[in-house]
Amino acid sequence: MNAPNKSGWKPEMGPASDGEAPATASGDYALALEEPLIFELRGKGKCGVDFDYDPGEPSPEIAKFVRKKDVELPALAEPETVRHYTRLSRQNYAIDLGPFPLGSCTMKHNPRLNEAVARLPGFADIHPLQPMDTVQGAFAVIEQLADWLMKLTNMSAVAMSPKAGAHGELCGILAMRAALEARGDAREVVLVPESAHGTNPATAAFAGYKVENIPATKDGRVDLAKLKERLGPDVAGVMITNPNTCGLFERDMKAISDAVHAAGGLVYCDGANFNAIVGKVRPGDLGIDAMHINLHKTFSTPHGGGGPGSGPVVLSAALAPFAPIPFLRRDDKGRLRMVEERSAKTHAPESFGRMAAFHGQMGMFTRALAYILSHGADGLRQVAEDAVLNANYVLRSLEDVLDAPYADAGPCMHEALFSDDNLPDGMTTLDIAKGLIDEGFHPMTVYFPLVVHGAMLIEPTETESKIGLDRFIGSMRSLAERAKAGDETLKSAPRYAPRRRMDEARAARKPVLTWKAAPGQPGEPSLSEIGGS
Amino acid sequence: MRYLPLTETDRSAMLEKIGASDIDALFADVPAEALQKTPIAGLPLHASEMAVERHMKRLAAQNLSAADAPFFLGAGAYRHHVPATVDHIIQRGEFLTAYTPYQPEIAQGTLQVLFEFQTQVARMFGTDIANASMYDGSTACWEAIAMAGRITKKSRAVIGAIHPHYLATSQTMARFTGDTLVPVTPVLSADAGEDAVIAEIDETTSAVVVQYPDILGRIPDLQKIADAAHEKGALLITVVTEPVALGLLESPGSLGSDVVVGEGQSLGVGLNFGGPYLGLFGAREKYTRQMPGRLCGETVDADGKRGFVLTLSTREQHIRREKATSNICTNSGLCALAFSIHMTLLGGEGLGKLAAINHARAAHAAKRLGAIKGVELVNTGGFFNEFTLRLPGHDAREIAFRLTKRGILGGVSMGRLFPDHDEMGEGLLVCVTETVSDEDIGLFADALEEELA
Repeated sequence: MNAPNKSGWKPEMGPASDGEAPATASGDYALALEEPLIFELRGKGKCGVDFDYDPGEPSPEIAKFVRKKDVELPALAEPETVRHYTRLSRQNYAIDLGPFPLGSCTMKHNPRLNEAVARLPGFADIHPLQPMDTVQGAFAVIEQLADWLMKLTNMSAVAMSPKAGAHGELCGILAMRAALEARGDAREVVLVPESAHGTNPATAAFAGYKVENIPATKDGRVDLAKLKERLGPDVAGVMITNPNTCGLFERDMKAISDAVHAAGGLVYCDGANFNAIVGKVRPGDLGIDAMHINLHKTFSTPHGGGGPGSGPVVLSAALAPFAPIPFLRRDDKGRLRMVEERSAKTHAPESFGRMAAFHGQMGMFTRALAYILSHGADGLRQVAEDAVLNANYVLRSLEDVLDAPYADAGPCMHEALFSDDNLPDGMTTLDIAKGLIDEGFHPMTVYFPLVVHGAMLIEPTETESKIGLDRFIGSMRSLAERAKAGDETLKSAPRYAPRRRMDEARAARKPVLTWKAAPGQPGEPSLSEIGGS
Repeated sequence: MRYLPLTETDRSAMLEKIGASDIDALFADVPAEALQKTPIAGLPLHASEMAVERHMKRLAAQNLSAADAPFFLGAGAYRHHVPATVDHIIQRGEFLTAYTPYQPEIAQGTLQVLFEFQTQVARMFGTDIANASMYDGSTACWEAIAMAGRITKKSRAVIGAIHPHYLATSQTMARFTGDTLVPVTPVLSADAGEDAVIAEIDETTSAVVVQYPDILGRIPDLQKIADAAHEKGALLITVVTEPVALGLLESPGSLGSDVVVGEGQSLGVGLNFGGPYLGLFGAREKYTRQMPGRLCGETVDADGKRGFVLTLSTREQHIRREKATSNICTNSGLCALAFSIHMTLLGGEGLGKLAAINHARAAHAAKRLGAIKGVELVNTGGFFNEFTLRLPGHDAREIAFRLTKRGILGGVSMGRLFPDHDEMGEGLLVCVTETVSDEDIGLFADALEEELA
């Protein structure tokens, strides 16, 4: 049951008020609203869409394929539909509601101008296989964005089609593998730091490589000496995140690239954290061969509750010939042409092939382009600077109450990393995270990177104001102090969220992945079943 | 700058708190030669909302949008009417600007939607379960082939008349994983080619992959292919690029498919020039732990209240790292929401009506177009809302291009889809949805007649 937030601006500490406030008959508490599943809303015999055409009977040729009865799914009228989803939306935390400091996720403000331009019919209502002369403006968007991504990274080429960051990683690794195979130098191992995102080893394995860890130095960076020792004729390359997942810039990146190249390998850079350096550092200057750029992080396209993303991959001159199709070129008349299967033999004979249907995440390209236009080269520098400033401000404002393993070594980049070392026995990172929920914030990334015990990785991004950060810092300090004081109430946080801690073991033990009607009541439960607690 | 809340006063105060002399002191770990001292050349400087909008509108105006022409394109991307409610709801900040629901206590909105979505997809597909979405149909298709390999411990997949981009995507991956794909290239005939596919199945086959309706718009006999596949210990993977068809046709799951994947763009998402789209993935329950992608499951919270969480994540990369079932991290959450809202407005009965209308409109168009001199309707054995015309003696690419000069977007040429198969070059794939009017069909027919005369 949800307890009301009695003080409005700042929830009061102390026991939940379950016992004080009377239970309601509806199970709802003012604006804390429960919502049944659509299958429990008596969605029979109605429809939220009107049709103005009578189709008659299907043609006789397909009679044998026609289904005997309709798909068994409920429908709601429009007002019910709007209400259902609006009520559900209120059970979500979101950037629009407050800071969302998930490390490595770059949860920044999503400008609404971008939403408006992506919906222009000239972009939203065009088909990917229209004759190319009818979509020159769409091609121009892709070309312009591609050009600017290359300039921001000082790289030779860019593959625009990958659908998300991990898909971009795959693109980069496949280009590396194709390049190595083309020179008759099949290799089998990819080296990945222990602190890497899980997608790195998963991607390398998916592309058929064995994965080995690169150890880190005490100051949280790749151990260059150990890396050099391991390099050899079996190593296809490395995957390095820079800035890395400890929030630190890999000072030796250029030396790493040079050493890998000298050993005949290639360098993949995970660009998930590009927001820290956009406009300030061009990764191509550090000798890398490939890097994906999450448009849904650095370039502000919305995360949408888990996608869609977009992960263009910039490539070095060495890898450019192996880039996937499709890609754009200008013909001798200056018209933009998409190089697809038909023209690949001429214009991309060494391409490793296609990664997905059509041309990539166009809806994300328009948004990202609008974002770059809005900020400009000057504004993007300011983005990186403010993101780094905000993270260092959080780091220095909390390092006296939480263990910050790399804080003594110097500044962090766009995210501040803490461990659970200062917390007393029995108090965990998870308790701090769940306490943060009650404070009205989304928790930071927890238990990642794996190299730090009980990691708390905080990425405020540049779109947080100082007053917002000060509130967040105030809450974090309070939580750290409560944890140190052994405040057991933290163990039962969150109390003020739509749900308390969830039984995840039960969900996995006997998975219930779809809704099934109670016996004898297909889609028509009694009122008591839908009436809340 | 309108997206940056810090003032110069804030910045100074924060630098002071940090103990840094200036902002570049925070970039001290970047080698001096790599640190850019000025804005990167070749990009414009910042611009107002008004200026950006003007620029983008100018680019948008250079495209011929579907609303401005009689429109007959399909081939894996379909133009349907999307109720205004859908776009209104997906723009609510609580959905639009949330992350993957890793903190379920404050993400029940997204999670409940995913649970409802999984149920809707499973019931449409006729499968026991469905996941919380993939990138798109083509990548879902490859993931299904890879999953069949894990289940059967075999690595030879027979591929029927699926979308050539789906085949190409799978071939790219197979080249690196060592899987063997055996494509059975379609021909311009009414016969959906079941026997040719079945002839390729042997004891080493992991999966048979067919599309329903197929890339020419024909409707294959799934049960027949399923029986042949199962006899040799292979799985049947059915690809659905046009889910609206399942309002009219028997579900693939009820016809013996073990895995059903598809493109969900038709419902709620829109054309968007090919992306972002929505991968759908359903399967038999016994394969749950071999599924790629995110799964949302029901559970209870500490007070015993029903709630939803992401579950079985031990399959996924952030836990299993190099041993994961897939490297997938992001799904297509907001597109899944759009699909789910559209399906909630329609319901099963509404989907049936929408499908029947699509079929009736297409049947009408096929009759009209097929009657033109020099045009043969390939799909005499039936179709849903998409059919192939054969234009003997003509390259359909050229005809499609010339139709655009008359302001008509008149279908997808098979030559663009099958560049290596000259015999497909006379094929024009025509799609007719509820958005196409009688007048559109008349304009298209008259123009085609004149082009062929």
